[in-house]
Amino acid sequence: MTSPISDSENWQPSELERRRRAERQRKTQKNVLIAGISSVLVLGTFSIILVNSPGWISLRDTFFKWAYGVEVLPKVILGFTTNITLTLIAGSSVALLGLLLALVRTSRSPALTPFRFLATIYVDVFRGIPMILVILLIGFGIPALQIPGVTNEVLILGTIAVIITYTAYVAEVLRSGILTVHPSQRAAARSLGLSHFQTLRHVVLPQAIKRVTPPLLNDLVALIKDTGLISILGVTDAVRAAQIQTAKSFNYTPYVMAALLFLAVTIPLTRYTDRILRRSMERQNAQGLT
Amino acid sequence: MSLSPSALLSVRDLKKTFGSEVVLDGISFEVPVHTATVFIGASGSGKSTLLRALNLLEQVDDGVIELDGEEITAVDIDPDQVRRKLGMVFQAFNLFPHMSVLENITLSPIKVHGLTRDEANERALSLLERFGLREKADQYPDRLSGGQQQRVAIIRALARNPRLLLLDEITSALDPVLVNEVLLTVRELKEEGMTMVIATHEMGFAKQVADQLCYLHGGKIVESGRASDVIDRPKEPETQEFLARVHSAGRL
Ligand SMILES: Nc1ncnc2c1ncn2[C@@H]1O[C@H](COP(=O)(O)OP(=O)(O)OP(=O)(O)O)[C@@H](O)[C@H]1O
Ligand SMILES: [Mg+2]
Repeated sequence: MTSPISDSENWQPSELERRRRAERQRKTQKNVLIAGISSVLVLGTFSIILVNSPGWISLRDTFFKWAYGVEVLPKVILGFTTNITLTLIAGSSVALLGLLLALVRTSRSPALTPFRFLATIYVDVFRGIPMILVILLIGFGIPALQIPGVTNEVLILGTIAVIITYTAYVAEVLRSGILTVHPSQRAAARSLGLSHFQTLRHVVLPQAIKRVTPPLLNDLVALIKDTGLISILGVTDAVRAAQIQTAKSFNYTPYVMAALLFLAVTIPLTRYTDRILRRSMERQNAQGLT
Repeated sequence: MSLSPSALLSVRDLKKTFGSEVVLDGISFEVPVHTATVFIGASGSGKSTLLRALNLLEQVDDGVIELDGEEITAVDIDPDQVRRKLGMVFQAFNLFPHMSVLENITLSPIKVHGLTRDEANERALSLLERFGLREKADQYPDRLSGGQQQRVAIIRALARNPRLLLLDEITSALDPVLVNEVLLTVRELKEEGMTMVIATHEMGFAKQVADQLCYLHGGKIVESGRASDVIDRPKEPETQEFLARVHSAGRL
């Protein structure tokens, strides 16, 4: 039986250990210093070369005219809310549908055989078609059919096109995650009396989803960017709003503004998910230098 | 053949093949309630396969398994209902790495047996207390030593109040000190009257807990009987040879 070491509170590191720690600290400081100096040197050199090159002034005025940028920013932001809304709606639909599809494809139930077959075809087809084609086909094709009761709203049709394509990507990622959970985990869960569905819900999926979080995040970031593609249907999103401004002024700063808005969402998202993931790994896995 | 009234588990003529390999070739035995039946045999003799078959994780090719007088090898049986009465502890623990020790233990009582979270926690914590693991309740399995993990796996099986406990070489991943720790645990269970089927390589342990010892060889139970009889006075030449080899390896 385990008993805690009685005097663990008054434990003092030995002379040797203290020297080792000091040594490690000195090493860290030295590394930080080297990294700093090297960064300043390299980046400084680049900036000096850039600013002194012949085209710099016109480049700055066409792409980075800040006063003008700030002026058009509200319009671009207004457009950007469309991208965000679309991402939220499409993202949650894709998560749900992708999971459903992945479960169908990994199930072994004979009753689901036709669905398994259809799901496979669906994934094969929509993973292989450029999304812009799907957007054009649905966004312009469906209204052309003039089916009564079916919407002609390009924003809705564009969203559907995005959902259809991304569901295929996400279903594949989730399916591969489910397949990587070792069979012994299923055996253990079934031995505890858990049903097939409970085993999936409590044992297989939590492990599968954790494993595929990085690729899923990758898809989410790609989704945010790809919502910009529905601007070809005439939806006024950030890309389209910037395009309208640029067409008026022949200055490209609005595009740069739109780009910055996308970055403002995607970069923090990436960092945040990285951190969540690392923390859950740290909690679960054995500690060590490996 | 009718089963004796006190038999909890009765196995008749069980066969299992993998491709052309016959792993179990007509196995028959009975496990009376409150007794321990121990299987010994060389690596690859089919001990794990037998235990997996008893738990319906492996579909048998022939024969009958009866639990509590009910034929669980019947086609229309619901494996989930059968497994409610069984506890299984695996050779490699098979704890769920994404759940804490407490969550591992309470998952099945809550989801399968319908206990409330509070009831399940209370029961789990008292079991952890008993096995000296109370302070590990909120740890994740990867952070425990092998012996601790194995005890958690045993507790996880026990928390469901199984009628029959299946233990598959539960000490083979452990060092000798931890082996003792875990074996003591099993002996305690035995004294409390738990019915068990055990596969092991530990002859000393087999002798201590077995009411009935079976030597598995070539897919058959070559010899069975009281542990001291089989180990100290084996009758069959195969058993004698196996025990001589175990002896020379220093495992007796
Ligand atoms: N899923 C499987 N597919 C094919 N062969 C298998 C499978 N499972 C087990 N076997 C074979 O069945 C035989 C018995 O395996 P089993 O795991 O039951 O042995 P064991 O007695 O538990 O051995 P050990 O003492 O090493 O754990 C082995 O030859 C093994 O290769
Ligand atoms: Mg085995």
